[in-house]
Amino acid sequence: MANTCKCEGNCSSVVYQELDAFMADCPKGRDKLIPVLQKAQELFGYLPVEVQEYVAKALELPVSEVYGVVTFYHYFTMEPRGRHTINVCLGTACYVRGAKKIVDALSENLNIKMGGTTEDRRFSLTTQRCFGACGLAPVIMINDDVHGRVTPKKIAGILAQYE
Amino acid sequence: MAIKLKIDRQDVEVPEGTTVLDAAAEAGVHIPTLCHVPKVTSPGSCRVCLVEIEGARTLQPACVTPVTEGMIVRTHSKRARQGRQMSVELLLANHPWDCNACVRNGQCELQTLAQTMGITDVRFPYTREEVPVDTSTAAVVRDMNKCILCRRCVAVCQDVQGVGSLAPRARGFDTVIGAGAGENLCDAVCVQCGQCAAICPVGAIYEQDAIEDVWRALDDPEKHVVVQTAPAIRAALGECFGLEPGTCVTGKMVAALRRLGFAKVFDTNFTADLTIIEEGHELLTRLKTALVDKGEVSLPMFTSCSPGWINFMEYFYPGLLPNLSSCKSPQQMFGALAKTYYAEKEGIDPKNIVVVSVMPCTAKKFEADREEMVDSGFKDVDYVLTTRELGRMIQEAGIDFMKLPDEEQDSPMGMSTGAADIFANTGGVMEAALRTVYEVVTGRELPMEKLHVAPIQGLDGLKEVALTFEKCQPDWSFLEGVTAKVAVAHGLSNARKVCDMVADGEGGYHFVEVMCCPGGCIGGGGQPRMTTDEVRQSRIKAIYTEDEGRTMRKSHENPAVTQIYAEFLGEPLGHKSHELLHTHYHAKEPV
Ligand code: SF4
Ligand code: SF4
Ligand code: SF4
Ligand code: FES
Ligand code: FES
Repeated sequence: MANTCKCEGNCSSVVYQELDAFMADCPKGRDKLIPVLQKAQELFGYLPVEVQEYVAKALELPVSEVYGVVTFYHYFTMEPRGRHTINVCLGTACYVRGAKKIVDALSENLNIKMGGTTEDRRFSLTTQRCFGACGLAPVIMINDDVHGRVTPKKIAGILAQYE
Repeated sequence: MAIKLKIDRQDVEVPEGTTVLDAAAEAGVHIPTLCHVPKVTSPGSCRVCLVEIEGARTLQPACVTPVTEGMIVRTHSKRARQGRQMSVELLLANHPWDCNACVRNGQCELQTLAQTMGITDVRFPYTREEVPVDTSTAAVVRDMNKCILCRRCVAVCQDVQGVGSLAPRARGFDTVIGAGAGENLCDAVCVQCGQCAAICPVGAIYEQDAIEDVWRALDDPEKHVVVQTAPAIRAALGECFGLEPGTCVTGKMVAALRRLGFAKVFDTNFTADLTIIEEGHELLTRLKTALVDKGEVSLPMFTSCSPGWINFMEYFYPGLLPNLSSCKSPQQMFGALAKTYYAEKEGIDPKNIVVVSVMPCTAKKFEADREEMVDSGFKDVDYVLTTRELGRMIQEAGIDFMKLPDEEQDSPMGMSTGAADIFANTGGVMEAALRTVYEVVTGRELPMEKLHVAPIQGLDGLKEVALTFEKCQPDWSFLEGVTAKVAVAHGLSNARKVCDMVADGEGGYHFVEVMCCPGGCIGGGGQPRMTTDEVRQSRIKAIYTEDEGRTMRKSHENPAVTQIYAEFLGEPLGHKSHELLHTHYHAKEPV
């Protein structure tokens, strides 16, 4: 497959070779589709259609089905991710304590929609259910860092910690 | 083991493993269904078939619930009725109310469900965001605004056809049935078979309509509009007028076409007979090259009359393209000859001839548009109607189909034999070929009861038979004692099996018939809905009856075929044949 994707150099043949090596142990068909896509996303950072086609071909699956799985799970993304991933908890505890306002504040501050990535690729914005830190609600996670008792006012300061 | 249960107070006894749905049917109780199509798919997801089972906390879907000993089922208790009503109401809430302007108006499963369940009001507001209708392919239109997510199309495309163009995307309220990984069907690997359109319960997938084009041609006094009908139409058209599946309506069909205004009513059967002559000679030539000249030649040879199958080969097995017979399909042979042979004979300027085909198949629309199909110097076939579209035209014209007399096709291109009739069903092209090839090689009639090759009849997905040539004619002595092994597959997932075998050098076949649609053309994507296995059987039976009722049952006996060779073509596989009746194939890049 030619280097037609938009992943800016990630998609060197080395990365494809690593994906090939991973898939070499997988049976054809849909059984291992999800782990393969996880691996591919780990390698490429996201799953552009070209990568999905590559996986479909290797596993002998229709590309429509691969696309269906990628669009079904929020975990998978077809857009390149930012350097930092912001996860806003929308679990019950966080929700009642104003998670929605945090989402709005983040969207406004970064000028992106939920699920989007800033133009400079600095941040991606996603949501999840309960991080198990309800005592600190509302909670956001940036990469592996937990930020508790977040308020819209604190947002700018938190974001400034990430380059 | 037999299971005893009670359905609506009736005692029923059915084998273990039977579903409540089938057990109820045994007892004469009809439970509505939607997502369940016997032998194709049964995801148990639409909940239109809910019934009450004593002891169960919730209502159960009858189509996937197996019977158990002593089970007590109530199919029309208040709870069951309300549960089913709710399932349908939820579908309706998410559905545009366009019935009056919908292709399925009057033949829509959703309408029928709403009607039989007595739904007159929907309590939920319609909130769906409109999406553009996908008209990107020559064969089928997808209007996902009307999709009720039953996923029947997904199952047929993926499991029956083994193509997998269609799959659900996203989740929850956002779920849609997508094509490939793009926006439109043209961006997906789709063979245009139309099986999705045939199985869709609502107006979400249907054929590209050519009715307006055909009316325009018929209204134009400059044009000489001729029509050909595929062998499978006569066994199914009657269903558009409420006749039982398996009613052959050849004579009425011809009469109706005349009344619609076609100048000549011809028959694709004529070029089906011609196909047998060309393809039979091609096969014998390939065998000679292999056995006598020890030359390079691709065997087995595959039949090439089914355009969905051709698309399938071009996408998935480009390496086997040399195995495809170079014969055009009968539809395209007809078009090429109508605008050359017929035009010359009648002294009509071919630019004024319009060739309309009536086909059981949506892929024929695609085939007619292929850029190489212009060997007459014009577009060989101008417009293709499906059986369903012809039914609609006859209705629109106010023709009382049942009152029509039986009429006959025009000559010369309307003359045909029983061998051409059976092109309509799986095993038929092979049987027709064997009737001719065996007789050409041995000088004797095919030694089978009623000329039928029983092992390749019926609905098994993959069938085969072997035939030994003995006491051959001098010209064919190289075939003395040779056992020809042939195979027949229908439905592309079965075709895939044969292709894989051939690609691996297995099977040892000489000749393979493939029809894209399950059951062959009688089960095509353009046939009246719903084509179940019972309907397939009935249509096939009608076709064999038609064949057996003929005096001429072998393609080489067709006098019009002899005449066209004498007057125009010269000889089989000759120069003119090559120009007009044969084609070539191209590998397609799966997008
Ligand atoms: S699909 Fe059926 S219910 Fe929907 S608009 Fe068409 S006819 Fe009406
Ligand atoms: S036309 Fe045939 S191949 Fe194309 S989407 Fe429909 S079922 Fe699949
Ligand atoms: S397009 Fe038709 S067959 Fe396919 S899921 Fe929608 S309603 Fe069902
Ligand atoms: S609900 Fe947000 S951490 Fe539990
Ligand atoms: S028909 Fe039974 S759940 Fe759909």
